[in-house]
Amino acid sequence: MATQTVGGSNTSGVSAAAPATRGAKNASQNSTRTFNVICGVVLGVFAVIWLIPSLWAIKTSLTSNAVSALGTPAILKDTSPTLASYLTLLKGGDIWHWYLASFVTSAVTVVLTLVFGSMAGYALSRMRFRGRNIVFALMLAGIMIPGQVLVVPIFEGLGAVNLLNTYWAVILPQVPAVIAVFVFKQFFDGLPVEMEEAARLDGAGYWRIYRSVIMPLSKPVLAAMGILSFVNVWNSLLLPLFVVSNPDLMTIPVGLATVQGSFGQRYSDIQASSLLGALPLVILFLFFQKRIVEGVAGTGLKG
Amino acid sequence: MSTPTIAPLQVPATSSKQRGNIGYPENKPAWLFLAPFAVFFVLFLVAPTIYMIISSFFNTSIAKSGLGSFAGLANYQEMLTKAEFWSSMGHTLLFTVLTVIPLVVLSFVFAVLANRVGRGQWFFRLAFFVPFILPSATISLIWVFIFAPTNGLFAQVQTWLGNAVPTPVLADPSSAMIGIAVATIWWTIGFNFILYLAGLQDIPRELYEAASIDGASPWQQIRFLTIPLLSRTTSLVIVLQIIASLKVFDQVYLMTSGGPGTSTQVALGLITNTAFTDFRSGAASAAAVLLFIVILAIAIIRQLLERNQERTA
Repeated sequence: MATQTVGGSNTSGVSAAAPATRGAKNASQNSTRTFNVICGVVLGVFAVIWLIPSLWAIKTSLTSNAVSALGTPAILKDTSPTLASYLTLLKGGDIWHWYLASFVTSAVTVVLTLVFGSMAGYALSRMRFRGRNIVFALMLAGIMIPGQVLVVPIFEGLGAVNLLNTYWAVILPQVPAVIAVFVFKQFFDGLPVEMEEAARLDGAGYWRIYRSVIMPLSKPVLAAMGILSFVNVWNSLLLPLFVVSNPDLMTIPVGLATVQGSFGQRYSDIQASSLLGALPLVILFLFFQKRIVEGVAGTGLKG
Repeated sequence: MSTPTIAPLQVPATSSKQRGNIGYPENKPAWLFLAPFAVFFVLFLVAPTIYMIISSFFNTSIAKSGLGSFAGLANYQEMLTKAEFWSSMGHTLLFTVLTVIPLVVLSFVFAVLANRVGRGQWFFRLAFFVPFILPSATISLIWVFIFAPTNGLFAQVQTWLGNAVPTPVLADPSSAMIGIAVATIWWTIGFNFILYLAGLQDIPRELYEAASIDGASPWQQIRFLTIPLLSRTTSLVIVLQIIASLKVFDQVYLMTSGGPGTSTQVALGLITNTAFTDFRSGAASAAAVLLFIVILAIAIIRQLLERNQERTA
């Protein structure tokens, strides 16, 4: 299987590496260069392998349904790219409902998570209050709770208050992302307190300090957390899959999961729909590449 | 890595004006700041956890309101003696083994190589990291198509390699889970790749220079410098990976729906099936509690490890 071949060529890549000693000048500089070139080639090969699935999906989506139904050789030989599948989907209407649902639920969830999470993080970072240690311990425990496992009781709870089949059913359970509180707390811990003290001397209360001193300083962490949780909510499948059954309210992942059967042999349409569902995130990535990468590296966040 | 750890109580940064509670002058504002998040935390994490535990002792059904009749330990007994439960746990474990090892080893190798190669970082990021931000639905549709029997891309590659009867990966019980694992590795490796790259950038260049002056080969440098210095990242990556793998649902639901037969049915699939297809949320809760305990145990071990490392660091 693919994994084995991948693993195999890897090890050989490393062990075939030339020594990179810098002791004796010319020879070792050359061998370091050779070694780095080999590294580059090996990694380049893997990168290309990693690109193939996406490129294959793009190629298929740009082929007509009639051709893609004939299988791989036909798709490879096809030389007349067409946007027909994309046009059909965009005219069809379903995808606009999904886009709307995904945009609304992701945006509202992100705003609530950022505001409430940063407020809680601020309290934990700057204030001394009774029960602080207990709150801290509870939050730590909360970070370990695997949210997906709670889908059944959350479904029952939402049903009890008649929120099933609404955007709220998708939004509300995803707001308490405990990791956000810790990321904000850690960021605030690193901010100097002088500005806050100056504001306090001017008579500003906690809320004003949070709003007009802390928040403006927090743009980088707000951006990183905002993008990461947007991606997380946009991509979540398990919760929306069960709490929403009205096709008009389905988010992109649920829509893709439910229609894939009805598409039958229209492989080009299927690939086009899956790419359209991912398109906003890819655009987001291209614009905020650095923030996303830093955010992931900094939080170790995983859905 | 800024993963949360218990911080010692800080000296309050603010001046302590005496207001009401002596010693805790900031009680009121602090709780006002905490309240909105706390409400969501209680409603959507604490309460569901408690309700799940309670309903695991009842014949709760999602078709009826209320808890239903008391069942004692019957739900647990049923789950612990049911072949389906153990096979779904086994499949979850198989998936975990099939994904965690390649995900850790490959991402380490990719990151070490990328760190050596100065140029083209954007290209490697694009190739390895972009799949990570795609929805599970997208990656599943892509890979189901690649694994399509007889004329899919992978079947075609097998034919070119001389296999006249290509394996229909996802339709064959013995290879379906491998197919799901391959898609998962492709999908999520970027996350580990980024974590390792960040870890590598923290290692001072002088260390390598000193090592190479002492005559250490690149392989020795990796063996005796890089691997030990990245051990923190590695343990973080391993634990995060294990927990994520135990919670696997999306790819399985989308690529095989647990089939063929029940050959790829995983724990969360069994739980949701029991609740939403059989309407037996009490029994589903019992299974969920059992999975919950496994995941929690691993998460706690992680916390302990991390605190240990911090003490020795």
